[in-house]
Amino acid sequence: MKSDPGFYDYWPYENRPKIRWPGGKKMAFWVAPNIEFYELNPPSNPSRKAWPQPYPATQGYSIRDYGNRVGHQRQMDLLDKYGIRGSISLSTALCDHHPEIIQMCKERDWEFFSHGIYNTRYTYGMSEQQERDMIKDSMETIYRHTGQKCAGYLAPALSHSELTLDLFAEVGTELFGNEGGIYTCDLFHDDQPTPIHTRSNKPFVSIPYSLEMNDTIAFVVNKIEPRRYGEMLKKNFDRLYAEGDESGTIMCIPTHNYQVSCPHRMKAFEEALDYITSHDDVWVTTGKEIADYYLAHYYEQAKIDITQKNAIALNNAVALDSAAAQKKGAK
Amino acid sequence: MALDKSYLEYSHRSHGMDHNRYDWSMLTDRPKVTWPDGKKLALWVNVPLQFFPLDQKGEPFKIQGGMTMPYPDLRHFSLRDYGNRVGIFRFLKAFDKYGVTPTFAMNTELAKRNPYLLNTIKERGSEIMCHGMHMDALHYGGQDKQTETQLVQDSLSQLRELTGQNITGWLSPGRNESENTPELLAANGIEYFCDWVNDDMPYTFKTQQGNLWAMPLSNELDDAFIMLNNLHSEDSYAEQMIDACDFLLKEANESGGRILSLNIHPWMLGQPHRIGALERVLEYVMSQDVYSASASDILKTFTSQTTP
Repeated sequence: MKSDPGFYDYWPYENRPKIRWPGGKKMAFWVAPNIEFYELNPPSNPSRKAWPQPYPATQGYSIRDYGNRVGHQRQMDLLDKYGIRGSISLSTALCDHHPEIIQMCKERDWEFFSHGIYNTRYTYGMSEQQERDMIKDSMETIYRHTGQKCAGYLAPALSHSELTLDLFAEVGTELFGNEGGIYTCDLFHDDQPTPIHTRSNKPFVSIPYSLEMNDTIAFVVNKIEPRRYGEMLKKNFDRLYAEGDESGTIMCIPTHNYQVSCPHRMKAFEEALDYITSHDDVWVTTGKEIADYYLAHYYEQAKIDITQKNAIALNNAVALDSAAAQKKGAK
Repeated sequence: MALDKSYLEYSHRSHGMDHNRYDWSMLTDRPKVTWPDGKKLALWVNVPLQFFPLDQKGEPFKIQGGMTMPYPDLRHFSLRDYGNRVGIFRFLKAFDKYGVTPTFAMNTELAKRNPYLLNTIKERGSEIMCHGMHMDALHYGGQDKQTETQLVQDSLSQLRELTGQNITGWLSPGRNESENTPELLAANGIEYFCDWVNDDMPYTFKTQQGNLWAMPLSNELDDAFIMLNNLHSEDSYAEQMIDACDFLLKEANESGGRILSLNIHPWMLGQPHRIGALERVLEYVMSQDVYSASASDILKTFTSQTTP
């Protein structure tokens, strides 16, 4: 076990190289619907129970099924209305279970990225080979069903190993070269894209996917009232939009159709989308498009800036060390 | 040590569900239904009438609304009793005032204990469904089948005798089931049940004893879920119901009749500081293009249009 995952360096939010999104826009906005499949009776994982009740966990299973049977079509209509293409965080077994949903998303040129195979199969306890196989299966499934070269990853049920990001980048290279496996949604350390270290040294970036704006976190964990969630989305937008004057920002709304698409939550969500998309300086886009654009235009510059700023930190550390050594010698 | 290799085998990974209880189906692909008099929205007000034993065992888990303190937890026992003594009568007044037809999901144990309350409901001619024996008689995975068989039989036969009604609906205590519950319900004359929350319209649920109808009683719109579990205010509760009503009416205009299901507990919304929120909701909903009916009537209207 490590005290720090080591995926990124400290990089202060101020005085970074300035970002401008395509068309000179100051903010990138994307919506990430999680389309998930939870199994009624998954094999057990020693680190985490899939359901709090013994099989069958009627309530937990059936509300998630509601998302696919009822909720998905509602959110899709809403995103269509505001010209938003979803970037789907996909339990890829859903391609097999519910291809009708995949078809509807394909017709709209939505992005599919991998969220593992099932949201009831956790990474915990997998060997490196097992996790590699799982990730590869998920990326191949997306390609087989949609023709898309999977660019992004959000680990199933946010269950990780120390190697998750490395493996995703490597499997992406193996399957699709530099077109596959280029960004992660698993880290919540920033409001702008940041370069990520992987052991293959592939150009790889973290794209902000907000946990705080995630509807399940808001409604289930933080117990936010639906209309207040709508207000939070607007406030989150307002601040990031204003800060975009200085350098381009990103806002992401991660959603779940068994949460935000319930009838009592749709109005507030719609008001927020209406508000956000009514602003001129917003690039309404997908996760992959943000990652591609960043890698092409800002990635190298960012790495240099990070290296320079951390060189100062390193010099300071060396100076402190030598001062301490001198002090010790003087005694 | 790595996980067993079966963890990476996916034996149900094929078209449809990962079980054979019901078919995969998207709501948008289904035929439109029309409620009587061309109404857009059916309002199903479901009132659980519950008995929470003071000596709850909590097997295999403690349910929401149950005792939380060391025995004897008089505060929660008596607060739940408040609903059946006081809160329910505020409900009934509100239903009469706004012309609402409620359905009552009653614990058989409560029907035995409170004949006055039972008679009040019977005299109103309201539909009663069975809410199991009581709120500590749970149905759960791994439960001994013989024990559960007896529990279902007793709950239903006793409630049928006490109410004089041919009880056809079921809501499990805590909305939890065992792997055998649907078969036992079907074998004991139940036609519809309300435990599964995967749809906004009724659908066919398969059992080895014949089909059941799964009725969509939203847990997300449940008063205790919103105010006790999520700690939202009374005002927010009312806003959520009104927003849900508006949304479903809009959807009904394009996609055919919808159901707004309110599951409301007299021990929760029947409190003096909350009853106003219920009245506000009922006043608003009943002023819309709404058909207020019992669960059975809504289901009959639905099946008369969707099944040959």
